[in-house]
Amino acid sequence: MKPFNKKELEVLAARIRLETLKVIHSRGFGHVGGSMDLADLMAVLYGAVMNYDVKDPRWPDRDWLVLSKGHAGPVAYATFGLMGFYPLEEAYTLNHPHTRFPSHTDRKLTPGVDLTTGSLGQGVSTATGAALGNRIDGRQNHVFCVIGDGEADEGQVWEGLHFACAHKLDNIVYFIDNNGYQLDGPTADILPHSSLAAKAEAFGLYTQEIDGHDVAAIYQAIVNAYAKKGMPSCIVLDTCKGKGATFAEVNHEHSSQPKEDAWAEALAAAEKALAEAEKA
Amino acid sequence: MSFTLIGKHEKDPRASRDALALTLNEMMAADPSICYVDCDLMGCINTKQLRKNYPDRAFEAGIAEANGAGIAAGLAATGKKVFFHSFGTFSSRRCYDQIYMSAAYAGLTVHVLGSDAGVTAAFNGGTHMPLEDAGMYLSIPESTVLDPCDYVQLESVTRQLPGITRGVTFTRFVRKDVIQVYGDGSRFEIGKGVVLHASDRDVCTVIASGIMVDEALKAWEQLQAEGVSVRVIDMFTWKPLDEALLLQAAHETGAIVTAENHNVTCGLGSAVANCLAKNRPTPQEFVGVQDLFGQVGPQSFLMDEYGLRAANIVEAVKKAAARK
Ligand SMILES: Cc1ncc(C[n+]2csc(CCOP(=O)(O)OP(=O)(O)O)c2C)c(N)n1
Repeated sequence: MKPFNKKELEVLAARIRLETLKVIHSRGFGHVGGSMDLADLMAVLYGAVMNYDVKDPRWPDRDWLVLSKGHAGPVAYATFGLMGFYPLEEAYTLNHPHTRFPSHTDRKLTPGVDLTTGSLGQGVSTATGAALGNRIDGRQNHVFCVIGDGEADEGQVWEGLHFACAHKLDNIVYFIDNNGYQLDGPTADILPHSSLAAKAEAFGLYTQEIDGHDVAAIYQAIVNAYAKKGMPSCIVLDTCKGKGATFAEVNHEHSSQPKEDAWAEALAAAEKALAEAEKA
Repeated sequence: MSFTLIGKHEKDPRASRDALALTLNEMMAADPSICYVDCDLMGCINTKQLRKNYPDRAFEAGIAEANGAGIAAGLAATGKKVFFHSFGTFSSRRCYDQIYMSAAYAGLTVHVLGSDAGVTAAFNGGTHMPLEDAGMYLSIPESTVLDPCDYVQLESVTRQLPGITRGVTFTRFVRKDVIQVYGDGSRFEIGKGVVLHASDRDVCTVIASGIMVDEALKAWEQLQAEGVSVRVIDMFTWKPLDEALLLQAAHETGAIVTAENHNVTCGLGSAVANCLAKNRPTPQEFVGVQDLFGQVGPQSFLMDEYGLRAANIVEAVKKAAARK
C-alpha cells in the first residue's frame, strides 16, 4: 500500500472519469451511471492500494479486482489503460466486433480483468473462491469485489458472503456500490434493502459505511479492513449513480445514449473537473 | 484402452460411489492442486473422508449450489483442479448459469459430478431425477460429458478428469448397486467408445451408456438366441463422441439403436443422430425416457415404466433393422 496522497488520487479519479466517458463515447452509448460512480474507488485501489504488474497481469501474488457488477466494465478499461496494461486508445473499441473490451468484464479478453462477470451475483462467488484459493497457496494478497446494490437482490450474493464468513476469509473486501438505483429505477421502488450495512454486519462481515466519493474515506476504510483479522470485510459506498457525467448524474439512468451535444458537454465538464483537480 | 468384459449381470458388491470417493482421496494425496467442493451431500457419496483428510482443500458450500459452483470456478482461477458435486439435478439445473458463465465461458475448468443419474434417483423421486442433466452439459461449448456404467469405468474416468484443462466436464454416476460390466484393472479412454460385441453379420448396432449397457448386453444375448446378430458399443463418452467408431458401425451394420437413462430429446441418442444425419443418414431408434418427468419408485419399477429394458432394446433393434 502506498502512503495516502489526496491530491494525487483526486486527480486520478478525475482522469478515470474523463477516460470512462471517452471509452463509452467511442461506442456512443453504454452503462455510464454504474461506471462513473466507481471512479473514486478505482483511483484509490489502482493508485494507492493494489499490487499489480501491468507486464504480467496474471502475476499470482497480485491483488485481484472482481467487478461483480460487470456492466461497470468501462471504468475498469479506463483505469487499466491509464495504469498501462495496454494503450488506452485500444479501449476506444468498446463493444465493436472482435473487441477486447466488451460491455461486461471478461478475463479471457482484457488484460487486468481477473474474473468474468455479467450475470449478476456470480462475481461474489468466484471472487470468494479466488480468495480461498489464494489462502490455500499462502499468499498475502487481497481480492476486492464490487457488488451493486441492485445486484444484492440476488440470493447468490448472500450465499457468497455467508461462505466467506464461514471460512473466515480475511483476504477479501467486498464493496457495495450503494447508489440507490438499479435498472428499473430506485432500489427502494423495486426491492428495498433497509440497510445493506446492517445486513452485511448480521452475516458476520466487518462492515463500514462511507462516502464512496471521498478518496480519504475509501483509503482509510481499506486500511481498517486490512487490520481486521479472521473475518471478511464489507465497505458500503454511498455513491451517486452517474457521478461526473452531466447527462447521467441528474436522473441516475442505468444506460445512456445521449445526443452528441450532450456528450460534448459532459466531456468538457469532465476535462474541466480534471483541470480543477490538478490545480487544487 | 484395455478391458475385460464380465457381463454376468451381477451386482458389484462395492458401492460405485466409492470408485469416485476412494479414487479422489488417493488423487488428492498425490496432487496438492486438487480441490473438492460439495453442497451438503458428501454423506451420500462417501466424500466426507476428503474433508477429514484434506480440510484445507475439500469444502462444504452448504445447500447453496449457485455459490458452490462459483467458488469452484474461483478456485480454478487460482490454478486449482476442482471437483464440484451435488445430485445431478442440482449440479445441472440449480447452477447452470453459474457453471456456464463463471466457469465455461470464463475459460475455467471445473469437474462437475452429478450423482443419482436418471432413474437411479429412485426413492428420492421425480424432484431429484436428472433426465436432462447431461443434455444441459452437452450444450455448453468445449464441455466433456460422461455417463460411465460401473465401478471400474467410473474409477478410470475419474483418474483422467484432472488431465482435462479445457472446458467444463460433467460426469453422471450411480451411488451404489450397479451391475459389474468390466473386470478390475480395465482402462478406458475419454473420446473412445468400447466395442463389447461385434461380428461381420451384425444387422444393427446398439449404442448404450450407464445402466443401459447391461440391458444392451442382455438384449444381445436374447437376439443371439433368436439368431440375430448385433453389435454392442458402450458409449460412456457422450462428448467427445467417438464419431469414427459410430460411423464405422453405421456403415457396417446399417441401423442404430441408442439406449440411455435420460430424456431422448437431448441426450446420447440426439448426439448420435446429429453425427449420423451429418455424415451418414442411418435408421435409428431411441430407447430412453420419452420426454417424460421422473417419478418415485424402485429402480426396477422405473426401468419398466420408462421402457429402459433389454426387451425395449430388442424391439427397437428389429424396428431399426426393418427400416434399412
Ligand atoms: C442475473 C442478471 N439479471 C439481470 C441482469 C441485467 N442487469 C444488468 S445491470 C442491472 C441492474 C443492476 O443494478 P445495480 O447492481 O444496482 O448496478 P448499478 O446501479 O450500480 O449500475 C440489471 C438488472 C444481469 N446482468 N444479470
